[in-house]
Amino acid sequence: MENLKQLVQDGLSAVEKADNLQALDQIRVEYLGKKGVITQQAKTLGKLSAEERPVAGQKINEAKGQVEQAINAKRADLEKAAIEARLAAESIDVTLPGRGQDLGGLHPVTRTLQRIEEIFSRAGYSVEQGPEIEDDYHNFEALNIPGHHPARAMHDTFYFNPGTLLRTHTSPVQIRTMEAGKPPFRMICPGRVYRCDSDMTHTPMFHQVEGLLVEKNVSFADLKSTVEEFLRVFFERDLKVRFRPSYFPFTEPSAEVDIEWGREPDGSIKWLEVMGCGMVHPKVFEYCGIDSEEYRGFAFGMGVERLAMLRYGVKDLRMFFENDLRFLRQFR
Amino acid sequence: MKFSEQWLREWVNPSIGSQELMDQITMAGLEVDGFEAVAGEFTGVVVGEVISVAPHPDADKLRVCQVSNGEQTVQVVCGAPNVRDGLKVPFAEVGAVLPGNFKIKKAKLRGQPSEGMLCSESELGLSESHDGLMELPEEAPVGQPVSDYLKLNDIAIDVDLTPNRSDCLSIKGLAREVGVLNSLVTTAPVIEPVKAVHSEVPDVRVEAPAGCPRYLGRILRNVNLQAETPLWMQEKLRRSGIRSIDAAVDVTNYVMLELGQPMHAFDRNEISGGIVVRMAAAGEKLVLLDGQQVELTAETLVIADHEKPVAIAGVMGGEHSGVSEKTQDLVLESAYFDPITLAGKARHYGLHTDASHRFERGVDYELAREAMERATSLLMAIVGGEPGEVVEVASAEHLPKPRAIDLREQRLADVLGLKINRTTVEEILTRLGLRIDKLLKDGWRVSVPSFRPDISIEEDLIEEVGRIFGYNNLPVTEPTGSLGLRAREEAVRPLSAVRNYFVAQGYQEAITYSFVDPKIQQLVDPEREGIALANPISADLSVMRTTLWSGLLKTVAYNQNRQQPRIRLFESGLRFEQTNDGIRQQPMLAGVVVGNQTPENWVNGRRTSDFFDVKGELESLFRLLGIEVAFVASQHPALHPGQTAELLRNGERVGWLGTLHPQVQKNLELNGTILLFELFLNSIVTGYVPNFKDVSKFPEVRRDLAIIIGSEVAFAQVEHVARKHAGEHLTALRVFDVYEGESLGEGNRSLALSLFWQHPERTLNEDEVHSLFNGVIEALKEELEATLRS
Repeated sequence: MENLKQLVQDGLSAVEKADNLQALDQIRVEYLGKKGVITQQAKTLGKLSAEERPVAGQKINEAKGQVEQAINAKRADLEKAAIEARLAAESIDVTLPGRGQDLGGLHPVTRTLQRIEEIFSRAGYSVEQGPEIEDDYHNFEALNIPGHHPARAMHDTFYFNPGTLLRTHTSPVQIRTMEAGKPPFRMICPGRVYRCDSDMTHTPMFHQVEGLLVEKNVSFADLKSTVEEFLRVFFERDLKVRFRPSYFPFTEPSAEVDIEWGREPDGSIKWLEVMGCGMVHPKVFEYCGIDSEEYRGFAFGMGVERLAMLRYGVKDLRMFFENDLRFLRQFR
Repeated sequence: MKFSEQWLREWVNPSIGSQELMDQITMAGLEVDGFEAVAGEFTGVVVGEVISVAPHPDADKLRVCQVSNGEQTVQVVCGAPNVRDGLKVPFAEVGAVLPGNFKIKKAKLRGQPSEGMLCSESELGLSESHDGLMELPEEAPVGQPVSDYLKLNDIAIDVDLTPNRSDCLSIKGLAREVGVLNSLVTTAPVIEPVKAVHSEVPDVRVEAPAGCPRYLGRILRNVNLQAETPLWMQEKLRRSGIRSIDAAVDVTNYVMLELGQPMHAFDRNEISGGIVVRMAAAGEKLVLLDGQQVELTAETLVIADHEKPVAIAGVMGGEHSGVSEKTQDLVLESAYFDPITLAGKARHYGLHTDASHRFERGVDYELAREAMERATSLLMAIVGGEPGEVVEVASAEHLPKPRAIDLREQRLADVLGLKINRTTVEEILTRLGLRIDKLLKDGWRVSVPSFRPDISIEEDLIEEVGRIFGYNNLPVTEPTGSLGLRAREEAVRPLSAVRNYFVAQGYQEAITYSFVDPKIQQLVDPEREGIALANPISADLSVMRTTLWSGLLKTVAYNQNRQQPRIRLFESGLRFEQTNDGIRQQPMLAGVVVGNQTPENWVNGRRTSDFFDVKGELESLFRLLGIEVAFVASQHPALHPGQTAELLRNGERVGWLGTLHPQVQKNLELNGTILLFELFLNSIVTGYVPNFKDVSKFPEVRRDLAIIIGSEVAFAQVEHVARKHAGEHLTALRVFDVYEGESLGEGNRSLALSLFWQHPERTLNEDEVHSLFNGVIEALKEELEATLRS
């Protein structure tokens, strides 16, 4: 039985020395397996008396327990070390850049258009589209701009032939929508428009959004709130807005809308013209078959590039159509 | 219209500063575009008198002058050719500062001392004129500061008038408006008929009374056109942006600016017989005052004599009949021409004159006589002469009729959103010169004066009241109205969703012009002719695009020239096409890809995008839209013949995908492999509304096979055959390997496929799957001559 003590000593020291799970398992088999040296000690029990046997059996079990415990403890240690080694081996430089597709972006004009559409959609305006090659009737005539009208000179029109042209504004979409439907109307018409003009501050193509509201009871005062609110929502600023009498053949009364945009050198408010608007002219209603005694309406229109320039600080209008990636990428 | 503030204040002088005055008229709807000082900034310049002039001993072109400032006489060396004894000139004394901070000091010029400088108009910032010294009138008081003498404390204000406000194209009209805004009465010059001293009158015949409802003529005999226009008149003209020519032209221009009536003066001796106002005969020729010869059209109203046209009515006079220094007798014209007859005529001849600008917008039809009397007396004060009677030919039938309009109080309140009290309304209307004829039960009957041709309906009056009351004094209220909901089709995806998809795939949106270079257009879409603009802005923007590729490829070139190797762009917009049924305008979405598929990174990313990268992106888009699209090998003139797919949905073409043809690429000077696609938006945005089906609880079975098949057999054919024989429970078919190599033999390739089966209600048994799988293999062997790869 002195042998048993020695075996336990040997076992514990072997466990102590084991430096991996495989070696540890071998030790377990060697000492505690079916043919393990400690397990084998049980064979000696047969030679003992009935009184000695339980005592000796217990001692063997204790010895087994001792070694087993040591093995378990060692295993836990080794497993922990193994995980730690793996974690250490697998650590990466998380500051390296990620991989994959780059993000593109919307054109700043689209970005601005979508914003305008969203603002008006929430107030129940529909978004209407129309042709860009228009006829004279919808672009001019039905908007109370007959052939001899001096206002035609304000629209430098691109023609294909005397009756066919590129629309100079998106107002013809209002005419087409009113022709096709019945009042009330609440709509905006965004899109490309064309004027035969090209210099520092004009491009031959640009974008407009025009809005129209036709109801039984609507006034210039309602137009004022709509325009003022839109400008404040769009610029996210409580800016001063003023309405200046002006002239458009298709609205009356008509106004230009100025917003406060900084200060003049003398400290007075610097006003910037951003929109035109007015009450729908009775003649326009007449062309669309709407009784102007029953219905009234207001309309407003704005240049999208101009708003985008103010909003994003773009200095040169022409950049919008050069499509330089270094310009475009700034708006995603 | 440009005018002098001082001149306006002679008519109406509110006690407000210049800035406030300009703000006020801007806010009344007469937008001030800008203003400028009428002279440069200078000090120390007085009226000087040249006492004597002597040659410079050492310089041929210089003269040594003695100049008086009224108190003392100093020596000034001067190089101007027009310096002479007794001349009154602007004299910059020592210590004076001229525009540009130019200080006048004592100096020596070629050895001769000079104390001061005699000035030209340009040196004082009065004009660009460098024709020697500015000559002041003899009566100019020596020693008086020139800025006081010329009243240079003035600004020229430029108002950008809207086309309806022809009534403000004169000092008289502007003064009326300023009077209304400040509740002031205007002071007009007294205009009295000039007594005739002889009975000669021009023979006037109006053959086109619709175009010329009123024509007035008068003969002024024995005038002296060498007489110079007085400085005060020259200055007023100059400050209004009009150059002084001679007394006759200056006076007619002056009256036009003052009253708004364009006039004309003819040399009577050049008028053969008499004056005839008629339509031109097509092809008649006329040399205009600007030297240009025009061929007249039959729609042009002309002033003619008994032989030939002498002026385009209301636009410009002829050179031949114009006045000159030698003219002895004048014929003065003051007429009312019909705006519609004159509309666009000046433009037709490439002209735009002060007269045509006014007549096209409508001149006061009652103004002609007053203007005639004013012009006669102003002119006689300068050139003398003997006035005759005024002859007037008028057609009451063709003159505008006096109008009366009813303005309803309720309508006024409804449109403006405010009930303005009656007295205020009446005051505004009256001050504007609109006479209230009658008080109605619910409003007013208003008669419109002849100078407001723009006012013809009730809304015009409402606008006038609103404008003068002040738009910014009107209330702000929120619109009320119907709150009905709008239809929204779920199966239709908005364009914004498509755009956002491409943005997420790394595409940058571009917006290019709808008109393009016909040369590029011809390269990318040779089979279609772009609709040509009649008046393009330039040759490279002259036809409407038939494909969005034209603009996108130009954008690629632009960016490649700026060191951008990786370009992914898309654009949406219309393309335009002439068809037998008219012009077709179709919304398209197109894209272009060149360069690496992903940005370069530290593992790879140097792989160039190819056809299948873009195809995969489009396939995902179609899944997003809920549509099925087939890619069928096809041909397109701009695309690589072996790398072109036509996109079909239910057999209908919905787009193209392909690689740009190398030849086209070379012609466009582009680099790299360029992939292009274009989709017909209207054909792809409508998908479906999902309809749920039970998820099968039973296992899915997979079988793989690899076949060797002729390279000419499209995968689509293989898939078609496989699906046909795989039974209804095939859930997916995928290709997981494509290989071409020598070992397979020339013209062969190997395709490896996975097939997946699943039954909704039970487990498929081994035999069933086996028999379907074998069926597929047999069919591929039989129908496509495939062999199973061992």
